[in-house]
Amino acid sequence: MTIRIGVVTFPGSLDDQDALRAVSYAGAQAISLWHKDTDLNKVDVVILPGGFSYGDYLRCGAIAKLAPVMTEIITKANQGLPVLGICNGFQVLCESGLLPGVLTRNKGLHFTCRDEKLEVVNNSTLWTKDFETNEKIVIPIKNGEGCYQADKKTLDQLVGNNQIVFKYLDNPNGSLLDIAGITNEKGNVVGLMPHPEHAIDELTGPTNHGLRLFTSVIKNLVGISK
Amino acid sequence: MIDTVKNAQENPDTKQPFLELGLKEDEYLKIKQILNRRPTSAELAMYSVMWSEHCSYKSSKVHLKQFGEKIVKSDVLMVGIGENAGVVDIGDGWVATFKVESHNHPSYIEPYQGAATGVGGIVRDILSMGARPIAVMDSLRFGPLSEPDTKRVLPGIVAGVGGYGNCLGLPNIGGETQFDPSYLGNPLVNALCVGVMKHEDIHLAKATGVGNKVILYGARTGGDGIGGVSVLASETFATTGQAKRPSVQVGDPFTEKLLIEATLEMFKNKLVEGIQDLGGAGISCATSELASNGTGGMNVALDLVPLRDETLSPEEILMSESQERMCAIVKPENIAAFMQICDKWEIIATVIGEVTDGNKLVITWHKEVIVEVPPRTVAHDGPVYNRALKRPINQDLLQKDSINISDKSNSLETDLLKLLASDGISDKSWITQQYDHFVRGNTIMSSPQDSGMIRIDEKTNRGLALSLDGNARFCKLDPYVGAQLAISEAYRNVSVTGAKPIALTNCLNFGSPEDPAVMWQFSETVKALADGAVSFSIPVTGGNVSFYNQTGEISILPTPVIGVLGVIEDVRKRIPLRYKENQTLYLLGETKKELDGSSWAWFIHNHLGGKPPQVNIENEKKLSKLIQTSLKAKVIFAAHDLSEGGLSVALTEMALASGIGLEVSNNTSVDDLSFLFSESSARAVVSIEEDKLPGFKELFKIYPGIEIGKTGGSSFKFIDHFEIELSKLKQSHSGTLSKVLV
Repeated sequence: MTIRIGVVTFPGSLDDQDALRAVSYAGAQAISLWHKDTDLNKVDVVILPGGFSYGDYLRCGAIAKLAPVMTEIITKANQGLPVLGICNGFQVLCESGLLPGVLTRNKGLHFTCRDEKLEVVNNSTLWTKDFETNEKIVIPIKNGEGCYQADKKTLDQLVGNNQIVFKYLDNPNGSLLDIAGITNEKGNVVGLMPHPEHAIDELTGPTNHGLRLFTSVIKNLVGISK
Repeated sequence: MIDTVKNAQENPDTKQPFLELGLKEDEYLKIKQILNRRPTSAELAMYSVMWSEHCSYKSSKVHLKQFGEKIVKSDVLMVGIGENAGVVDIGDGWVATFKVESHNHPSYIEPYQGAATGVGGIVRDILSMGARPIAVMDSLRFGPLSEPDTKRVLPGIVAGVGGYGNCLGLPNIGGETQFDPSYLGNPLVNALCVGVMKHEDIHLAKATGVGNKVILYGARTGGDGIGGVSVLASETFATTGQAKRPSVQVGDPFTEKLLIEATLEMFKNKLVEGIQDLGGAGISCATSELASNGTGGMNVALDLVPLRDETLSPEEILMSESQERMCAIVKPENIAAFMQICDKWEIIATVIGEVTDGNKLVITWHKEVIVEVPPRTVAHDGPVYNRALKRPINQDLLQKDSINISDKSNSLETDLLKLLASDGISDKSWITQQYDHFVRGNTIMSSPQDSGMIRIDEKTNRGLALSLDGNARFCKLDPYVGAQLAISEAYRNVSVTGAKPIALTNCLNFGSPEDPAVMWQFSETVKALADGAVSFSIPVTGGNVSFYNQTGEISILPTPVIGVLGVIEDVRKRIPLRYKENQTLYLLGETKKELDGSSWAWFIHNHLGGKPPQVNIENEKKLSKLIQTSLKAKVIFAAHDLSEGGLSVALTEMALASGIGLEVSNNTSVDDLSFLFSESSARAVVSIEEDKLPGFKELFKIYPGIEIGKTGGSSFKFIDHFEIELSKLKQSHSGTLSKVLV
């Protein structure tokens, strides 16, 4: 069975081609979705890529959550559709209410692009089964608004339910609890600021560690994951 | 009241503010002669901006023609100087187009927007050729880091370059940043963009085919970027008390991203006959250039231009430099398909005119004719000046003032640590970390590697390498030699990564052309570049000139910035900067006692005098050949070009990037100071694995090298002199910018 993974292009999406490439590298069929689509073209998985959707001149992701394609994605995600939000995609997931919390301007106020050391905290989500718990990996970050913020109650819930997926080992942006990525309670929706699609081979990225997010979700769907 | 052509004929003696618009009396008379009447205010606005130094190259033209006269034997050049950007064949049916442009003055006034729109403008130039822009680079010059104004200008410019490129989705793959007191009141922002396409996709800026429509698409036209023309608005039309508008344009990278995707979709569907971006001089430039490069005639109804501000006068609309606009020539039967693509990307597109069979550009405002000119006279027949030039009287004194090494008593270790911490040599990651290197997923190399490298074909792994270099101190000492050293350095940077250099472009930043000394520097530079291109056998594909870079009487150091583009057939064979343990280090090329003009002389002893290092183009070519020959058997593991700071800085950069130490000894015939700090050209340091040594030594037939040491350990050891821990080197090298800037 070939898994169909859709990547949404909003106006201003920038890493959509990279996400499509990563999906192909991982062995699935890559499907482009357009922000105005009202059906998801029978995809098994959705990825919201990085970029500056609609320019992000307002709060990042605030306009994208209103895109026609998001209606179906939100409904299906609540029913268990695997969804990954990368960087701007993570911001869109938070704005949509699929994930808790919000991403604000980096501490230091600069856009920051660098290789980032992460720790895998939770390897039980659909997107992280190919990692070991506490594994140290390197994936690039590149964002201006990656500082994860939430109220104490939310943070307690994230910790209590093991919803923190990735943590920074050298926090680049002031994120609370060093959060780099989180999941919903079901483990089908994951959002992270680092860019796994830029770490799929050592020719173009610092490592190939990012590829495992994509292979995790594929293996899970074809029923060969651990 | 609108100043129509009819009105101009009926009222020939109306006084016009041509001086305020920057035109000289004889230039104004020439316009009257061309038109056989006085120009309308709209025509005057068009001529004044198109005949400005920036648009007409009136002071540089007589020199730049050498690029056409000194012919480089090249089988890769497809489109040369004169178009938006030159085009070269890079193999397998691919072509590349690249260009550098300055945005110096706006970036001083409003650093963020000035730099941002500099990036936006060069990207549209590349798009106009039919290419998909794939990467950007930047070359920046600032006053000393210790100056308060540098702390205002630098962060804004860096954020602007980053903000625009990042939001546009173009990786920034390299560049350079230098500091000198002469740039304090006049920083330099030179932005490069490279794009690729297939042979058949090349597009040119010309309007052909009578009846074809002229479509303006992209952003609405606003009052930004209107410079001198506001004089016109206020003096001739001062009825409604319009506010003076800022002269610096404001960028919207989101709209530019949509413009790129929409335009590439139009190209793919073959909907465009001719295309031009709107940059300097806005609609004036686009319409007059499209018309004069095409059939010659064009009618435009200026009142159809979508506006952001309904109070703009026709003169202001003609001159506005609002960003993110393009002008396309489209066949009537393709209009619907063209508009559909604009709808998809939510871009405003308006038919504003059509190509006619006359030889006049006619512009109307609510049906009244306000411009009726032969377009060529606006776009190409501007004034040409043969400015006075004179070698400065103190140039000889400057060249005689060689640095006296014997009375410099610092230890080598102290000098190295001080040099690494200087603003010029220090680690620039405070800057480069603000740029996205990864987007599009094809970046093979970026800062701090010698070149940027981009994969252009995922199936074949074909790639491009690019370097952007200039050493203004060398140019000050000898503009001819300095310019050729800049080509040499860019050529070498591309070469050491394993790519073959095939083309060069330039951005020439100078003081006032009205100063004969500056004009001498400029003429020497252009001569050197034209000669250098012939000797290197790589064509000059384009260039940009920026004059009047000065504060009062003080002009900037002559600053030609050279971009060299190279091709690598398989990016997997690239040679990186990082080595591994237990490899042997070799120094390729000859080290001479050449410390004048060096970073060591400047940053340690505040000395600038003497003659720059010698240029040796044949040796540069041999070095390049050695490295290309090495690729087949992959005998070179890592390589680094030697330039500013010489061997000591190159070794430090390699060691810090690798996280592994090294030890070297001076096996050359020069003194230890020159061994470490001389900036002799045509040199590189390479690192070789044990089992590759015999194969590597074979290459000395092409160009000589000398063993200088080994990699390993955690320190930089110069045998018999010093041993410095990497952590200490890093501390010196990496703290300079972040200590001063927030």
